[in-house]
Amino acid sequence: MTDISFEQALKELEALVERLESGDLPLEESLRCFEEGIARAAACQKRLQQAEARIEQLLHDDEGNLRIEPFADGED
Amino acid sequence: MRNADDFSRPLSVSRLVLLLQELVEDNFVQVLVEGEISNFSAPASGHLYLTLKDAEAQIRAVMFRSQARRLRFVPENGLQVVCRGRVAVYRQRGELQLVLDGMEPQGLGGLQLAFEQLKRKLEAEGLFAEARKRPLPAFPRRIGIVTSPTGAAIRDMLNVLRRRSGGIDVLLCPVRVQGEEAAAEIARGIADLNRVEDVDIIIVGRGGGSMEDLWAFNEEVVARAIAASPTPVVSAVGHETDWTIADFVADLRAPTPSAAAELVVKNRLELESHIDHLLMRLQRPLRDRLRLLQARVEGLRRRLLPPKERLRLQNQRLDELRRRLLAAWGLTDTRRRERLALLSARLDLLSPLQTLGRGYSIVFRERDGKIVRRAGEVAAGEKLRVRLHRGELRAVVEKTSS
Repeated sequence: MTDISFEQALKELEALVERLESGDLPLEESLRCFEEGIARAAACQKRLQQAEARIEQLLHDDEGNLRIEPFADGED
Repeated sequence: MRNADDFSRPLSVSRLVLLLQELVEDNFVQVLVEGEISNFSAPASGHLYLTLKDAEAQIRAVMFRSQARRLRFVPENGLQVVCRGRVAVYRQRGELQLVLDGMEPQGLGGLQLAFEQLKRKLEAEGLFAEARKRPLPAFPRRIGIVTSPTGAAIRDMLNVLRRRSGGIDVLLCPVRVQGEEAAAEIARGIADLNRVEDVDIIIVGRGGGSMEDLWAFNEEVVARAIAASPTPVVSAVGHETDWTIADFVADLRAPTPSAAAELVVKNRLELESHIDHLLMRLQRPLRDRLRLLQARVEGLRRRLLPPKERLRLQNQRLDELRRRLLAAWGLTDTRRRERLALLSARLDLLSPLQTLGRGYSIVFRERDGKIVRRAGEVAAGEKLRVRLHRGELRAVVEKTSS
């Protein structure tokens, strides 16, 4: 669950909601859908609520290779 | 300058041309000429050749590669221009020519013309087509930004991103956004960001300025880089009113750099509310269903009594039954008594005893207690018992007669 991509989790969440809304699942199945849905939603929200964004810059070294370094704009 | 008395000796052609060259080139070091372009040609060398003419005259002109490169628009035959340059003599041909170091269209400025020209060209190629424009990913993990590391644009964008969103990483590709090298750097920045794995959106732009300042974003190389970018590109150049070629080619044009950041974040906020919504939809059917089930269980529970309560109820019921039984019994008892009385009365009516009361009597044989109905049933001397209304008699038969 942790390494599932956000888009994947969202797609699965949408599918689970639709299944649940179709309304003809046995209760146990509904509960399973519900629990999985909650887990997917939690995964999505966790990704959305990550606290701090990295601010970096893309530079070229002397050989012309790309390298990434932190970027300080006076805010950090 | 030569003196007149030198006319006796002929000059070589080279000498004459050289003299003319000195004369012309010393005296026309810097001229401004206006005219119409004709015979324009731009060979592979990069130099430009043309003829400047008006109604009465014409003069050849050349613009060498180094100056031609700086020209923002493409000269066209028929275009009225103002040229700056010097007059030179082309010795091998003995011709005058203008060596141009600048050219501006008359009327609208050169930049404006260049803009229109490139716009026409790229539009014809289909680079601005709506069908080419891709939607921005709703959940960018990392935004690539091509802009100056010291300008207002990056500051504004980072402010918005910091304030409005957690967790969107920013990868800045620092470039110059004006001057000679800017366009090439911007184009390379776009290409570089496409080589970084998880950059989902590229914002390319700068803060406001004059048309000259914003020019890099009207260069073909930038337009091509945007068009070639596999990653969706948002352009954010200058202010609301500034339109650049980059804006036309980009997948999305933001009016300002801040607005570009807002757009990226807005998608994200919409996404958050979409998830909230899905959560609600996830809970509702189950909640409704559980409510129904709960009601059913509650109903069943109420019917499922604890033993003590059941006993109490059963006792109650028993009492009730008993009461009813007694009542019923009482009823039948009374009825029976009534019936008995009735029957007794009827019995009485039939009873021989009643008959006896009217004076009849019953005669029994002593020996076997049989009722004697005919005289022949007894013999003389036989003992009899005679039952009267009250009491009985013992008698002996004296004689029988039939």
